[in-house]
Amino acid sequence: MNAPLSRQWDTLRQSRNRRLERAASLGFGREIPVDRTIDLLEAVIQPGDRVCLEGNNQKQADFLAESLADCDPARLHHLSLVQSVLALPSHVDLFERGLANRLDFSFSGPQGARVAKLVQEQRIEIGAIHTYLELFGRYFLDLTPSVALIAAQAADAAGNLYLGPNTEDTPAIVEATAFKGGIVIAQVNERLEKLPRVDVPADWVDFTVLAPKPNYIEPLFTRDPAQITEVQVLMAMMAIKGIYAEYGVKRLNHGIGFDTAAIELLLPTYAADLGLKGKIATHWALNPHPTLIPAIESGFVESVHCFGSEVGMDNYVAARSDVFFIGADGSMRSNRAFSQTAGLYACDMFIGSTLQMDLAGNSSTATLGRITGFGGAPNMGSDPHGRRHASPAWLKAGREAYGPNATRGRKLVVQMVETFREHMAPVFVEELDAWQLQKVMGADLPPIMIYGDDVSHIVTEEGIANLLLCRSPEEREQAIRGVAGFTPVGRARDIRAVENLRDRGVIRRAEDLGIDPRQASRDLLAARSVKDLVRWSGGLYAPPSRFRNW
Amino acid sequence: MNAPLARRSWFEATARARIKGLLDAGSFAEILPPAAAEPSPHLAQLDLPGAFDDGVVIGCGRLAEKAVFVAAQEGQFMGGAVGEIHGAKIVGLLRRAVEEKPAAVLLLIDSGGVRLHEANAGLIAISEIMRAVLDARAAGVPVVALVGGSCGAFGGMGIVAKLCSAILISEEGRLALSGPEVIETVMGVEEFDSKDRALVWRITGGKHRYLMGDCAMLVDDDLAAFRAGAVAYLGEHSEPPPSLAELRASQRRLENRLAAYGQLRDGLEVWAALGVADPQSVPLLERDELVALKEGLPT
Amino acid sequence: METLDFRFDSKPAGSAAAPALCGVVGSGNLEILIRTGDDPAACRLSIKTSARGFADTWRAVLGDFAATHAAGGTTIAINDMGATPAVVTLRLAQALAEYRGGQL
Repeated sequence: MNAPLSRQWDTLRQSRNRRLERAASLGFGREIPVDRTIDLLEAVIQPGDRVCLEGNNQKQADFLAESLADCDPARLHHLSLVQSVLALPSHVDLFERGLANRLDFSFSGPQGARVAKLVQEQRIEIGAIHTYLELFGRYFLDLTPSVALIAAQAADAAGNLYLGPNTEDTPAIVEATAFKGGIVIAQVNERLEKLPRVDVPADWVDFTVLAPKPNYIEPLFTRDPAQITEVQVLMAMMAIKGIYAEYGVKRLNHGIGFDTAAIELLLPTYAADLGLKGKIATHWALNPHPTLIPAIESGFVESVHCFGSEVGMDNYVAARSDVFFIGADGSMRSNRAFSQTAGLYACDMFIGSTLQMDLAGNSSTATLGRITGFGGAPNMGSDPHGRRHASPAWLKAGREAYGPNATRGRKLVVQMVETFREHMAPVFVEELDAWQLQKVMGADLPPIMIYGDDVSHIVTEEGIANLLLCRSPEEREQAIRGVAGFTPVGRARDIRAVENLRDRGVIRRAEDLGIDPRQASRDLLAARSVKDLVRWSGGLYAPPSRFRNW
Repeated sequence: MNAPLARRSWFEATARARIKGLLDAGSFAEILPPAAAEPSPHLAQLDLPGAFDDGVVIGCGRLAEKAVFVAAQEGQFMGGAVGEIHGAKIVGLLRRAVEEKPAAVLLLIDSGGVRLHEANAGLIAISEIMRAVLDARAAGVPVVALVGGSCGAFGGMGIVAKLCSAILISEEGRLALSGPEVIETVMGVEEFDSKDRALVWRITGGKHRYLMGDCAMLVDDDLAAFRAGAVAYLGEHSEPPPSLAELRASQRRLENRLAAYGQLRDGLEVWAALGVADPQSVPLLERDELVALKEGLPT
Repeated sequence: METLDFRFDSKPAGSAAAPALCGVVGSGNLEILIRTGDDPAACRLSIKTSARGFADTWRAVLGDFAATHAAGGTTIAINDMGATPAVVTLRLAQALAEYRGGQL
């Protein structure tokens, strides 16, 4: 008979208990006095810990991030950070000050240049750059946090948390941490005797601290209709007629640019005139975009599930509980993990914009000297081969891609770009900057946002290219050149090949869709200013000050 | 289902679209149209492309059958700033009004003031406009400022606006001397945060100016509303002869105002001092509600 | 600033009563003035642009316009403040329609 292996099976729990005892010995209860936050962090975090700092492109645990950055690097060092987005200067300070040296993340947006510099100086070792879903997935496999620092709207005396409309990543982070021997610390905006609802139960939370000011939220999804151009209106008209109507797209996700904002504002006008109400764009995985208000008010939209919320939209969203996901307490609960899942598997279309696209259709928002990462776009902007349930749009795209006897459908992944960006920078290029970036950063792969073989359509001011109908790499290349306008890539087209693709309907110009470009007027937009959006909302939308002109 | 679709925004319109929406259909005859005009020689020397009309459209037309002269600044071209040719066109129009006596001169102001690229020529142009406005009024021709463009009426054009017989303004319109960015640059962000747009509008915006009595009329941001406002104003107004007594009374009103509100920091405080019960609600009131509110205030 | 001049063959636009103006010299925008020229089979264009170094792109955009529209017999003057080719193409079409009497 073999002797049983002698090993400890609860080291995580024991470690957790030692940390809690250290905190208790310093006199800490569950509610931490704000001026002792650093003492607590130094007591419960250990060198080498994996720390999840909640922060994404909206809600930020900014006070805890600053407090962690102010800890003593002699006590806390070699931390490994896992987080959705490096958005705040304090996130990067952690590496500059020698507290942390390893990073797994999704997106670094405004801190992209500082991150790139630290990587080159070998002061940040990047584990990997993920999509949101991959990172959330790894929280439950091999990147489980030892300590999670999160942001909540309110806590009660027991330590239950109310997360409010910006629920976002918190449920995923807390669940991974609390059930694997980790410590959860929440900064809260207020303490309440009774919470409107409980989003995180008290026994998943170890400490709460009342932050000196409410956690920062970036109004990232607000697009001022005043800035939408006639060219964007033209592209939106082509997209609605040539893709939304053509495929009967009902379930979808939009990117955050002005191109897709133009589509949202044409739904109650142009699309309604085409008789498309109820036939397209009814179910959404989308943040509460203010530019979707006119479509909602016009009865175009049946359901919207949100990744997060949006500054100023809370009252409007709460008053439209048939459309949004609203708790019994009357406020929205968002959830990034579930909405991303919906975007990946339950949507028939993703449509978004990009900064660069090559002749294979690969696109990237990476530019030299900046490591920005991916966020959620690659999940939503990809055709999931694991999907099984059918829908008319998915089946039609599948038949176009794989022939009449196709055994699977195809997600529509649409890239919508004007051929030149500001300062005459061409979007269509022979080679993406991403390749040079890969070399400079010594990364395993170039940071491609949407892979070319996932892209189904490209919409530019010159027309729509349907890549599903292309039968060879050469055809794809000419289809892309054929809508690349006057960029060098577009001017190098094979004119006869492009005309042939147009005859086959692979490329469709505005006139092929029955659209006269001169009719592309801002007058078609359901709202032409932020104030129009406020009016549409019946005064429920309260835009942030920076978007006001009244 | 909602009203926004019906509106044709003045704020968003070009100078030419504003004139078209303001005057009787087909009545506008442009003086020095683009094909006949010269772009600014100063901008060419600075290697900048000019505009055929140098950023201002002038001409004659009819408003509810009355003959009027119009000058409309294009805010999208160099912030509507006044250069030498731009200014000369406005001055010429006002001088012609002294001779031809139209029912009014309408100044569609959308300008940050002097075009700094043209330095002294721009400064002189502004002072000539001021003199020409007063000359026209002295000749019995009302000069009415319409303010509702994205650049507002700032700097020298803010002064010009205040020299007019009356100002019609929309909520989106702004009227002041130094612009918010200038104040922030000179005095610091603690004095004035120019990025806090709600604050900017509480201090320079149309509603505040109307509540303070700086503007004769508050109109909706809509071409038709500006037209209706101008028609209504000209229907009632006759230009009084210049009078020293009225200037002295004006001066007293301004001194009293400075004494009463000079220490206040925000439109919200001023409105409270004016007797507005719920100042916070003012920015969200519709135009008609605000006009009713002002009429109910103690005087 | 750069000044560019082009001449392209183009089908006659027909005569128009008055010059036509379209657009505004604002950021990312341009103004286009179309007048009657002297050669009914050619379109002459003169551009003042704030963006240097894009003569080839202008030639391609304007050449395509002259080839696909009846713009012969016109003289076109452009003041440009960094408009993209998409905007230039759209404005040219709008200006020509206006010049020919507002027919779309």
